[in-house]
Amino acid sequence: MLTLDFAFLTPQVLSSYVLKGFVFSLQLTAIAMLGGIALGTVLALMRLSSKPWLTLPAAAYVNTMRSIPLVMVILWFFLLIPLAIGRPLGAEMSAIITFTLFEAAYYSEIMRAGIQSIPRGQVAAGYALGMRYGQTMGLVVLPQAFRNMLPVLLTQTIILFQDTSLVYAIGAYDLLKGFEIAGKNFNRPVETYLVAAVLYFVISFSLSMLVRRLQQRIAIIR
Amino acid sequence: MAMIEMKNVGKWYGTFQVLTDCSTRVEKGEVIVVCGPSGSGKSTLIKCVNGLEPFQQGEVIINGISVGDPKTDLPKLRARVGMVFQHFELFPHMSITENLSIAQVKVLGRGKDEARERGLKLLDRVGLRAQADKFPGQLSGGQQQRVAIARALSMDPICMLFDEPTSALDPEMINEVLDVMVELAQEGMTMMVVTHEMGFARKVAHRVVFMDQGRIVEDDKKEAFFGSPRSERAQQFLSKILHH
Repeated sequence: MLTLDFAFLTPQVLSSYVLKGFVFSLQLTAIAMLGGIALGTVLALMRLSSKPWLTLPAAAYVNTMRSIPLVMVILWFFLLIPLAIGRPLGAEMSAIITFTLFEAAYYSEIMRAGIQSIPRGQVAAGYALGMRYGQTMGLVVLPQAFRNMLPVLLTQTIILFQDTSLVYAIGAYDLLKGFEIAGKNFNRPVETYLVAAVLYFVISFSLSMLVRRLQQRIAIIR
Repeated sequence: MAMIEMKNVGKWYGTFQVLTDCSTRVEKGEVIVVCGPSGSGKSTLIKCVNGLEPFQQGEVIINGISVGDPKTDLPKLRARVGMVFQHFELFPHMSITENLSIAQVKVLGRGKDEARERGLKLLDRVGLRAQADKFPGQLSGGQQQRVAIARALSMDPICMLFDEPTSALDPEMINEVLDVMVELAQEGMTMMVVTHEMGFARKVAHRVVFMDQGRIVEDDKKEAFFGSPRSERAQQFLSKILHH
């Protein structure tokens, strides 16, 4: 019979083993979200353009990224970039860049749907007032698309947060890694993985609660 | 020089020709009404005037500037041509005041206070000063369309285009919008109006253009058009919309 003992997980242990990884996981999530949404918006605008030389590369990029398992993208990027630039990049930096590039593909599909949800008349109204393409998008279309898609964007971010645990593949020190090492050192892997699972659950679940409340609030504004 | 001049404008969607050989002109201070059965190309025609719809043949010249010329700075030209849409197209994420000042600030480069001041003055004019801080979604259709007219006027346009400005409105709201338009016409604004409101046409139009199947079938002085339209198609159309 398995007996669980959590006594070793003192605040000191948590802060020396887990805190660093926790901060990195949050950092990775935040940077990949902001960078991914920015890059994803550009990709979405490219795909919605009427010019094939913009549409095709963007479509190829999105489809490629969405057809390869994330863990392989992480691995390949980590292994190939040092060959390309001639020096190692570091697991953490490599993870940040990979996640941003990978998530951009998913965020771009969300932004594309968001942009398409705005009536064409809005674009015509922007143009009719003398706005240029960039102004019409930046002032009229994207703010509305972004607001419409906010719940979906945040849901994708929750998935992103969970997926950050995949950086174990390249040995980056994230939240899960912190628990894993503590578990090994104290010979209590079951307990540490259990606590890690609870922590991931609490964070993800409270975020999705937030999304639900946001959804209601947006519904009222409109 | 005419304010708006269209010469033999032709437009295709693929192989389907939506506009055939359309020519007309609007002099400065003139009000023309464009009418015709649905699908006759009226809306497409008026969207060609400010280049919102590209056309493949002919020429549109506004105040001496060619709309179809690739060298023309279209945004700059459009900034001086007011347009009012069937579905208002106010920006729903901005307050009424922001709707009125955004293009003044971002396109004309006016200061924020100046733009706000000008916006409020125009709101006063369309009788909606009290709604300044609301959002478009909180206004009735008629109110939204009056704000849309004020928004177009905020750019100090040299002429105004109206694309079926009252056809999305409930009947009891049509007059409040038409009143604003009549006032505008009486002040001497150059206007091209796509509408079925024949009462408006009779009151302020100088000329009526009748379209059918992508062609301008009739382009007459108002009196002549309502007195005795020459084409059978226009006679039928008038008898249908006037007798009930």
